[in-house]
Amino acid sequence: MQSKRERSKLGREKLQRIIEMCRSVEGRSLDPFLVDVDNVIHTVKEYFPEWEIPEDLNLDAETIHSLASVIKLQSEWIKHRSTSLYTDPFLLEEKLRHLSKEDMIEVFTKTWHPIIEMEQISIYSLTEALRYWASLLPLKERWKEITPAEVEAGFTTREELIRQRILRDKAFSEELESFWQELKQQVEAKGKDEKIRYWDFIGVETYEDTVQRAFMTSFLVTYGYATLEIIPLEEEIFIRCYEKPITKAGKKQLVSIPISVSADDWLKWKRGELE
Amino acid sequence: MSKRKGYYAGKVKRAIHMLFYQRHKKPGVKGWELRKALGSDYPKVLKILEDYLKTLDLQIKTVFEEEKPVEKPTSEELDKARFFVTLRGELTPKEAKMIGWRIDDLAGLAIAIAYIISKKGKARRKEIEEQLSEKLPGWKVGLNIDRYIRYGYLTQDEYEQLYLDWRTRAEVDQKALIDLLLTK
Repeated sequence: MQSKRERSKLGREKLQRIIEMCRSVEGRSLDPFLVDVDNVIHTVKEYFPEWEIPEDLNLDAETIHSLASVIKLQSEWIKHRSTSLYTDPFLLEEKLRHLSKEDMIEVFTKTWHPIIEMEQISIYSLTEALRYWASLLPLKERWKEITPAEVEAGFTTREELIRQRILRDKAFSEELESFWQELKQQVEAKGKDEKIRYWDFIGVETYEDTVQRAFMTSFLVTYGYATLEIIPLEEEIFIRCYEKPITKAGKKQLVSIPISVSADDWLKWKRGELE
Repeated sequence: MSKRKGYYAGKVKRAIHMLFYQRHKKPGVKGWELRKALGSDYPKVLKILEDYLKTLDLQIKTVFEEEKPVEKPTSEELDKARFFVTLRGELTPKEAKMIGWRIDDLAGLAIAIAYIISKKGKARRKEIEEQLSEKLPGWKVGLNIDRYIRYGYLTQDEYEQLYLDWRTRAEVDQKALIDLLLTK
């Protein structure tokens, strides 16, 4: 024997299911006759005496409301079927599928009476055009010659040009040489087997400087100060530093190795995720 | 020419100007505009004009606000209706091509209209796209449906359901289309 509480719970679930079913019929344009109205009314009647609290009575009212919407759809369905426009959609779909384009055109042109239209300037567009014309500045005003501002020639210093990054404070070869020395020191300090992880060498505090170091590293490798060792399976790249620059040209074919130094990679390196 | 005949001749000319030349974004003239320009007896003016147009294989088509045609319209319903001049007879497929329609596009339009009619006036865009993609290249299907919408043959709601729009109601004899399709 069911307790009152269990029966109420079951009743609520049934009403919820009815509401869901009615909504799906309404929302998905399903056949409204899928809903058995008599059965729904019987269920609503059966559980009505159980309802005491406002929430349950509200659920009961919502069920009736959903059912009314479905009954309305059923009535519209019957009305449509009784009109001369009703055709079995499956039959028509089949016809549409099997008719050739030419047959379709033949049928359509028999029932198509296109509108006769003549496009022309309207009073409205003419007024708009006149208004635009009146407010339009003459060409000589719109296309005034831009005279560049005159700037007097002056003097600057080498330090100022270095500050503005127009000149470097060292010659490139000097810079490369000191970078090579730095690589040697880092290999000794942090490296293993005379090599250091690529990112451990190029990675620094700012992304801009990291890119700059990657750029310089590429020259170290190209000019034979160091070489790259790539372990494909572990996706690791090492820089091996040479004691003396080695000239590779002419011995074997040089290859280019593209290495992405994106901001994301740099962030990962900073977070220690590029281990 | 009798005074009365002259009275209507002037109004017929005015009606022709209004109906043939596009005044708004959409073609056609609203009933209230005709009443304002021609007077309250504008339905009679249109009837006289219709007799003239018959000889030119043209007709005046009335599209009411309601989707279904109205048997005996009230003056209020006529005021809200839109009047167009359409072809009375039939176009040949060759002529349809001459007025700017490719055969594929026109067949696609016919399929979309017939399908929507069979689905009680509304159908999911996806279903129509499936129908069209059986005979049109996939990349063209979406473009074509957008074009039918832009021309006013179809309209689409926010749930991607397609309906027939004002131009289909003005230009296509829906019942004849379905009957002919079923007997083909």
